[in-house]
Amino acid sequence: MLEAIGVDSVDQLFRDIPAGVRLGRELDLEPALSEPELVRHLEELAARNVDTTKELSFLGAGIYDHYVPAVVDAVLQRGEFLTAYTPYQPELSQGVLQAIFEYQTAICELTGMDVSNASGYDGTTVAADACFVAKHVTGRTKIVLAETLNPQVRRVVETYAVGFGLEVVEVPHEGGTIDPARWAEAADGAAAAIFQQPNFFGCLEPAPDLAAAAGAAGALAVAHVDPVSLGVLEAPGNYGCALAIGEGQGAGNYQSYAGPHYGFLAAKSEYVRRLPGRIIGETTDLNGERGYVLTLQTREQHIRREKATSNITTNQTLLALAGLVHLSWLGPQGLRELGETCLGLGAYAKERLGLPLVFPERSTFKELAVRTSRPARDVIRAARQRGVHPGYALGRDYEGMDDVLLVAVTEKRSPADIDRLAEVLAEVT
Amino acid sequence: MELIYEQSRPGRRASTLPRYDLPPADVPGELRRAEPPRLPELAEPEVVRHFTALSNRNFGIDNGFYPLGSCTMKHNPRVNERLAMLPGFKDLHPHQEEEGAQGALELMWRLQEILQEVSGLDACSLQPAAGSQGELTGLMLMRAYYEDRGEGERRDTIITADTAHGTNPASVTMAGYKLEKVETDARGNLDIAHLRAMVDERTAGLMLTNPSTLGLFDEHIEEIASIFHSAGSLLYYDGANLNAVCGISRPGDMGFDIVHINLHKTFSQPHGGGGPGGGPIVVRDRLEPYLPVPALVRDGGRFRLDDDRPKSIGKVRGFGGPFGVFVRSYAYIRMYGPALREMSEVAVLNANYLLARLRDAYELPYDRLCMHEFVLSARNLKREHGVTALDVAKRLMDYGFHPPTIYFPLVVPEALMIEPTETEPKERLDAFADAMLAIAEEAAESSELLKQAPVSQPVRRLDEVKAAKRAIVKYGFDEHPDLSGEGRERKQLEAPTGA
Repeated sequence: MLEAIGVDSVDQLFRDIPAGVRLGRELDLEPALSEPELVRHLEELAARNVDTTKELSFLGAGIYDHYVPAVVDAVLQRGEFLTAYTPYQPELSQGVLQAIFEYQTAICELTGMDVSNASGYDGTTVAADACFVAKHVTGRTKIVLAETLNPQVRRVVETYAVGFGLEVVEVPHEGGTIDPARWAEAADGAAAAIFQQPNFFGCLEPAPDLAAAAGAAGALAVAHVDPVSLGVLEAPGNYGCALAIGEGQGAGNYQSYAGPHYGFLAAKSEYVRRLPGRIIGETTDLNGERGYVLTLQTREQHIRREKATSNITTNQTLLALAGLVHLSWLGPQGLRELGETCLGLGAYAKERLGLPLVFPERSTFKELAVRTSRPARDVIRAARQRGVHPGYALGRDYEGMDDVLLVAVTEKRSPADIDRLAEVLAEVT
Repeated sequence: MELIYEQSRPGRRASTLPRYDLPPADVPGELRRAEPPRLPELAEPEVVRHFTALSNRNFGIDNGFYPLGSCTMKHNPRVNERLAMLPGFKDLHPHQEEEGAQGALELMWRLQEILQEVSGLDACSLQPAAGSQGELTGLMLMRAYYEDRGEGERRDTIITADTAHGTNPASVTMAGYKLEKVETDARGNLDIAHLRAMVDERTAGLMLTNPSTLGLFDEHIEEIASIFHSAGSLLYYDGANLNAVCGISRPGDMGFDIVHINLHKTFSQPHGGGGPGGGPIVVRDRLEPYLPVPALVRDGGRFRLDDDRPKSIGKVRGFGGPFGVFVRSYAYIRMYGPALREMSEVAVLNANYLLARLRDAYELPYDRLCMHEFVLSARNLKREHGVTALDVAKRLMDYGFHPPTIYFPLVVPEALMIEPTETEPKERLDAFADAMLAIAEEAAESSELLKQAPVSQPVRRLDEVKAAKRAIVKYGFDEHPDLSGEGRERKQLEAPTGA
């Protein structure tokens, strides 16, 4: 090979690199591991984690221990999907293109929207994307966030807002949800108003009223929704939202210490040309046969460069495919049953836990905030010593809530598991 | 092929779910879903067959050679998939208490240390989810750094190369900076005279890929770094092409202050048909205070997450980043150890060998040794036979290869950007070169063959203009249009595809 190239050594291939910037020594890395040694090393690291198969966990707060069906693993390990790049050459990428077209359809069905992109990074960055869309659609620079929106989402929006030239305003909750009158006041002159349904406390917001108030103020109403809830809760597109966004993890992805997951972003049709990210469209080939391509690409960075709607290129296609497979496995019946089970388990937990509810007036979906008689972080520590992780300490994000525990239930937690949680909480509070 | 929705039959399902005896929940009627979403209704065998059929209509690196330039399509070792699926990793909740996540935090710490050594820089954040988010994060760091020094207002401009990935200028806009472009000279380096004239007290920094998207190492990199540093500006390294120089030359030693690394390129996170990726950033110590939170801190033998960083830009993604990607990339690097250098050496050797075999049949705009990739031009075929880079790409499919990146970088007309990676044995490279040479001959003798290509795939060339005009972006159920009756325009965009 060197002869064909016309050099004497591999070193000569690097002759364009100035001597002053060459490393000139071996990389200081640990010695190479064989495959069996590697497996042993990572098994040892993994064993030092306490995952949700090792303790009875009621952690949620944005990432949930929903059941991932085996068919998801089987599809995701198909090398044809796993090891493909972005489908720039559609003729040999019809599989992933059609799958994402089907994913876009599923997201539109869940959210009641007209168009979905092919995925965003996660449930936080899609919120920043929504702000960028709203800024360009409305020409306004104020963003309104509900205090009941996941704190991580709010932090990410604040980070992006600096470069976008946006001002972020938060509306505090009243008794666990947002008051529509205060929301309307804040939305005046805003580009977007983003709330979460169910909200970070697990409570159901008066979502139709919040959407209407934002719309009346000329702001884009944006709902951050849990896909698992949308078999039982109304779709944002059906109560006046312009955009629906969310964390897709609960549909098809393992918790995986926060990723990789996917964020979804869907909109009413009038915003399609402002959307960030890949969008797959249907077309025909030379013979009139149906096929799928990346479309509306004049929005995107590889064509529009500095005038693009976003810089995104690599997205979360494989995780979105997992979402599609999970939703196809569930079907509409399964999704509704899953939602009903979450609602029922929540109701059961309210009865059984024996701790005061922080927002007793509110309906909830699969999470509930309960007051403990001592700091929640201490409760967590003590409960974990008994093999139960009782939930998330809301005081980490909200002032005056140091004694509040956010408990999540999914279909993987049985009533007997909730009984066990009640027992342990009785012991440690 | 039918959409999964077209195979749906009412009442069928694949799922079984627990049925507990539970009390009713109170949900106000107006918040209840009125009409169910029209998700597919199929039994599990049909679900499995549908997705298997779709996979059969897709091409990955597992299927064959995939020399998509600037995308680094290398083998994805299967052991990494097994490792990412260990329950201690895949079932770990991100809000787990730190003492219950020490293994995960240690893995992240170890990966950070490795990335610091490979890039020659001091501090790392694993949080960005992809290369383009790493870029944006890097620009946010620049802004925070200048504001801290009282230069925030003044430094409002970022310089990029005319060969830059489209993400660079798009990130500049998202970060709120103005953009200026520096030209490429006749040898494929940055035009130093042009650069000198551009850099002044308004310059916040340079974003550069080195080796560039032409596959060429900038021979003046030391001088470039000095121009920017003398003006008090910073240098940002787009790590998309890091696969060329691991263990050979480090961005930090080249003078770069901020680097992003594409874990899904250089370090083998599978691309998954478009993602996930990972875009960690590594910085010089003076930029460390501004890195995203939480920071990962080591106290003796214990690891913890630190949110108390007053100068931090904040968060760019949820939690600490895409952890499963870290598992795969960490595992990948540990199997190389210090021999990571050989990975880059073989990648560069393979690229130069292919270049040597193809340079006479296609035009070579910059006649130098290449790094891990090279750019040819099909303009000779276009001039002489009316055959375009797109035609060459489509014909390659009939020979069983994924095409290279085409029409990028924009400075080369009819560009074919070829990156073989270290994965390929000589026989595979020869087979690809033979195909490229055969196609060049076909262009002269039977160009219609190329215009008609591909003929071996499930679909023929697709009408992208129609797709954009009609914008059918979801299944319409009963109202789904039938496009086949409409006029056949067979238009394709001459747009960058790849990179």
